[in-house]
Amino acid sequence: MSEASPFDVEATRKDFPFLEREIRGQQVAFLDSAASSQKPRAVIDAVSEFYATSYANIHRGVYQLSAEATEKYEGARDQVQHFLHAEDRREIVFLRNATEAINLVARAWGDENLQPDDEILITALEHHANIVPWQMLSERRSCRLRVAPIDARGEIDLNAYESLLSERTKIVAITHVSNAIGTINPLPEMIAMAKARGITVLVDGAQAVPHMNVDVKSLGCDFYTFSGHKLFAPSGIGVLYGCHSMLESMPPFLGGGDMIETVTFEKSTYAKSPGKFEAGTPDIAGAIGLSAAIEYLKGFDQAQLERWETGLLTYAEKRLSELDGLRIIGNARNKAPVVSFVVDGVHPHDVGTALDQSGVSVRVGHHCAQPLMEIFEVPATVRASFSIFNTPSEIDRLTQALSETMEIFR
Amino acid sequence: MENLRELYQSTILDHNKKPRNFREIPGCDHQADGHNPLCGDKLRVFVELDGDVVNDLSFEGAGCAISIASASLMTDSVKGKKIEDIETLFDLFHTLLTTPSTTEIDVSPLGKLAVFSGVREFPMRVKCATLSWHTLRAALDKKNEVAKTE
Repeated sequence: MSEASPFDVEATRKDFPFLEREIRGQQVAFLDSAASSQKPRAVIDAVSEFYATSYANIHRGVYQLSAEATEKYEGARDQVQHFLHAEDRREIVFLRNATEAINLVARAWGDENLQPDDEILITALEHHANIVPWQMLSERRSCRLRVAPIDARGEIDLNAYESLLSERTKIVAITHVSNAIGTINPLPEMIAMAKARGITVLVDGAQAVPHMNVDVKSLGCDFYTFSGHKLFAPSGIGVLYGCHSMLESMPPFLGGGDMIETVTFEKSTYAKSPGKFEAGTPDIAGAIGLSAAIEYLKGFDQAQLERWETGLLTYAEKRLSELDGLRIIGNARNKAPVVSFVVDGVHPHDVGTALDQSGVSVRVGHHCAQPLMEIFEVPATVRASFSIFNTPSEIDRLTQALSETMEIFR
Repeated sequence: MENLRELYQSTILDHNKKPRNFREIPGCDHQADGHNPLCGDKLRVFVELDGDVVNDLSFEGAGCAISIASASLMTDSVKGKKIEDIETLFDLFHTLLTTPSTTEIDVSPLGKLAVFSGVREFPMRVKCATLSWHTLRAALDKKNEVAKTE
């Protein structure tokens, strides 16, 4: 698509069958893509067609169907490799989701490489998925978990972050984009600071891949993780990128079929990565759906999508700031299309229930980021997040429904 | 919006804004904490017994309008009642919240608690309305654990 043809949101909306559904007599304004994205027809069809025509287990059969399934599954690996700009297809491991990917690294890499009194550095913006596995690792290895602070806007304090990097720091685990308040972290600076000290870096990219181009090579991180279900793909498929030498040096995570070379009752030898980390029959259809989702996104001009989503964010922040008694939480200068807010005197859960009555779907709660909620001194927030099929008129519906809700609770 | 007005009746909005018995009972016989891990609502219920009668009852905490109003109305409804009657009341209250609106229920024994009938249309919110009751039960059982909705 060229710059001359503007982004056509109406055509894009036709790609998403869920928009044909009415709830309480109206089309849903789905403003919760940060929790999980809706699926375009292309993804649904790819999965359905695979099950209907080419399904079999992979890496085993000598027959035609198995060969086709294997080819599609491994083709999905190539697709993800190019999507992340990884150097080598063997650097792409298919798992269930970003959570499993982070747990894999904490177990397989962490247990091998961390010694008592070593430190793990995360940030105050992390999702529980990038906190708890490191806490568990810290307990197993008697290590310390340190947390880089954020400022009042919700941006990482780079000076404080750098001062927390020491010779005891063995790994930095940071989110690319905050799921709760949308902050985009300055990854190039953060990774460079860690790498200058020889520290391993893992990036939780779950909230980033749906909104921006990611180049793991130029970022220079050792690990990058994401979930397919936030990227228009089915739930149950996720990705761990790990630089090849790192993956090769790591022991397996789960044991079972497909991850071995030879097995005897005395001893087994393991396959090379990525097979080493893909024990058991994987989510074959999920990988194929993920490949279809990436293919779908390739049909757009990424810069146009980003402009559209940034436009939605700007418009939402403008409309929401017109409402008295509404406070936006997180005002980072560089934000993904996510806006978190609280309403004076109305608990987020009551807001969520009320908005749902107007057909507006938002997320309410702590967004699996309880420590971050404590920093902003709120028990929970309402979060509206935007995707390529959202429109300014849906933001008008959000604003109108909020205004009516505030009226009820006045 | 009609369902919404039905859910957030004026009594509920009033008890949310001005919760009754919203205080600590220092040195009381029974107290317990309640927590809904899904939404983060947290309550503490204080009970003072005289034999098997609830002499005084109060609560503190933070949560949505349904959970705060339910706790407030619970303290009003339960004060002066016998423990066994409280159990019966909770059972009936729970039945009200979880029975489809098409089924007739005699709500007269519930008194003011009947204002929560709108919750039936919102199954996701039943736990909000019952958190304080679970916490009261834990306080009466003198369990030293946090009452959870999960």
